[in-house]
Amino acid sequence: MPDVIQNHTIPEDILKQFQRRQFEGAYTHTPHVRVDKGNRSLPRLNKLVDTMEQVIIKSGLKDGMTISFHHHFRDGDRIINMVMDVIAHMGIKNLTLAASSLSDVHAPLIDHIKNKVVTQIHTSGIRGKLAEAISNGLMDNPILIHSHGGRARAIETSRLKIDVAFLGVPSCDVYGNANGYTGQSACGSLGYAKVDALYADRVVLITDMLSEYPNTPFSIHQDQVDYIIKVDHVGDPQRISLGATRDTKNPRDILIGSLAARVIACSGYFEEGFSLQTGSGGASLVTTKFLYEYMKEQNIRANWALGGITAQIVKMHEEGYIKRLLDVQSFDQEAIRSIGENRYHSEIDASYYANPLNKGCAVNKINVVVLSALEIDTDFNVNVLTGSNGVLRGASGGHSDTAIGSGLSVIVAPLIRGRSATVVEAVKTIITPGSTVDVLVTDRGIAVNPRRPIVAERLKECQLPVVPIEELKRKAERLAGVPEPIEFEDKIVAVVEYRDGTIIDVVRQVKS
Amino acid sequence: MKDRLRRTMLYVPGNNTGIIRDAAIYRSDSIMIDLEDSVSYRQKDAARLLVYTSLRTFDFEGVETVVRINGLDTPYGREDIKAMVRARPDIIRLPKTDSAHDVQEASRLILQEEKKNGLPEGSIGLMAAIESPLGVINAYEIACASERLVGIAIGAEDYVTAMKTSRSADGVELLYARSAVVTAARAAGIQAYDTVYSDLNNEEGFRQEVELIKQLGFDGKSIISPRQIKVVHDVFTPSAKEIEHAQKVVEAIDEANAKGSGVIAVDGKMIDKPIVERAKRTLEMASASGVLSRKEGRYHA
Repeated sequence: MPDVIQNHTIPEDILKQFQRRQFEGAYTHTPHVRVDKGNRSLPRLNKLVDTMEQVIIKSGLKDGMTISFHHHFRDGDRIINMVMDVIAHMGIKNLTLAASSLSDVHAPLIDHIKNKVVTQIHTSGIRGKLAEAISNGLMDNPILIHSHGGRARAIETSRLKIDVAFLGVPSCDVYGNANGYTGQSACGSLGYAKVDALYADRVVLITDMLSEYPNTPFSIHQDQVDYIIKVDHVGDPQRISLGATRDTKNPRDILIGSLAARVIACSGYFEEGFSLQTGSGGASLVTTKFLYEYMKEQNIRANWALGGITAQIVKMHEEGYIKRLLDVQSFDQEAIRSIGENRYHSEIDASYYANPLNKGCAVNKINVVVLSALEIDTDFNVNVLTGSNGVLRGASGGHSDTAIGSGLSVIVAPLIRGRSATVVEAVKTIITPGSTVDVLVTDRGIAVNPRRPIVAERLKECQLPVVPIEELKRKAERLAGVPEPIEFEDKIVAVVEYRDGTIIDVVRQVKS
Repeated sequence: MKDRLRRTMLYVPGNNTGIIRDAAIYRSDSIMIDLEDSVSYRQKDAARLLVYTSLRTFDFEGVETVVRINGLDTPYGREDIKAMVRARPDIIRLPKTDSAHDVQEASRLILQEEKKNGLPEGSIGLMAAIESPLGVINAYEIACASERLVGIAIGAEDYVTAMKTSRSADGVELLYARSAVVTAARAAGIQAYDTVYSDLNNEEGFRQEVELIKQLGFDGKSIISPRQIKVVHDVFTPSAKEIEHAQKVVEAIDEANAKGSGVIAVDGKMIDKPIVERAKRTLEMASASGVLSRKEGRYHA
């Protein structure tokens, strides 16, 4: 529909001075608009595409490009396998897969790696059969392990350039306004996806619930989205989030959690207006629960909690003991409900959460963080990535980000796990450097980094069983023995990036 | 050894090394490794060897070790004693004790093994569990049967079955047996321990039972999970108010003794010998529970 405009010719020198072209019709240079104005029988303007194959063609995905995914559906994710199957079928090869994290459910990637559809992986974590295969030398290129903050930094500084982001969302409208807390596959915060939506060249949303326009409040904005595809299920709700209440009955977790709560209460950081982040592991949940008892007893309120939001944190928020929640990832049903309902339960993206090179990330402001460990050595370096057999089985996550940002980083772990010692001479893989770790709480004693003598003094004053970390190591060795060193091949299967972009460690192929 | 604090005796199955290894971390007063009911007949020999090795290998970090052996009327009891004396737990617990003879026989077998292994006589303590109406009737004789005996316990499940009843929430069916056992123990000058409470998820019911048995005079209770430790210790630990009063009483009596005066009063109440004794026991319990530290003969919170 050309516009008819007479006697409005723009002088050439003006066009030249402003470096512009003359108007050529309202629709000529404006994409994404209704061309057939006035015809009410036409479908409303939208970005819906019928099939995944069409979406992939439209996105311009070619051999050698980088695609990205988020991990908010955790082990219930259906997006990665769904998209990768179509990509493989279309014969596209040599892709870099940049996922914010991968889990057990992504084992089918093994075939795509074998067929050279995927030749490079960037992820925070990796587990299950895929992790085992990679540890056994499946890939030609080592995978890159990053922290949550490190990934956001890499994307924002263009170190990691995403060509097409395939983002599963629990609900969105036809124009791309998406949120995470409505729909059958609700996952809560979309904090990791937000960064990809903002920086990827092409953004594809995949949803199983199309909602009315405008789908407010939204986490991913229509102005960031290229295409939308509706599928039956983006995830398996049973495995997306953990159940509503998960009170651990494990006595060891209760013991470690109660000790960790006392450590925090005695550390000097437990005061009116403090802030905290605790995880979703058993001991971490118990820590939060016991800490809440101390808060009520001493009438202490926290200003905010960060993370990884859980039902326990939501309860404390709703009962008035934590004023505000900053949520990059909602772990359970309660957290998902709360982020939709509570005014001061705010969604944040991964950069806001932990990017070390932006103008200020939330981890820098946190007072106390509780973290886990697969191994910790006598220099307080922590491994959360490789198991006692040297095989990849964990995630870097926000571990190193929060450890350095927090005023007090507390690691909770049993001294012996199965038959293996947790406290060792040297960790197999360093994720978090010891200089950023403050206290280790185990079921057989507490160790404080010698860097923090005042904290150690305070804990001793509370009659907490503080011992040198070397003593915990000796205790562990007495009980579990010293294992034969694990044998590795020379081939490097994973490279561990520290949050600032430097390489802190490598993981080698295990000897079969 | 005899007067040691035994508020909580944590049962751990004798066929699980992982659980035995970690039992000490929860800081119950005693760990009670079980060769009897938690081990099936097919595993009796394996469990005996496993408990023997565990006791010789692991560091229980000062927590008392008790082994519940099989009854001497079973094919395993005597073998259990032979192996356990060599493994040297602090105490052997005899189940299903009906008479003084049962205790004497166990004590004799232990002595025999102590001699054989060059251990000082009486180095291993004995505990007897009374689990039948006959045992309850013989409670005093049982309690006096051996120098080795540190305490007697009531075991409820077999007892209530033999009594043609079952366990109820308020435990009225156990009132006589509990009273008989604790009275016999006190008359003999040894300790008395209560039976297990098996509904792990009923914390309130458990607390009420612990309060009941403390009031009856028991020294402690067998428990089936580390999750029960805190409740028992909380109930048995004197409150700040009780401690304060006890301190006042002890200070007043010390002062009176120094002055050589006779009758004294605290807060307007007469203080006589039993009150002083109770006050001293309160302070001892507070100190043993870690709420008070003893310095220069005085208690400090």
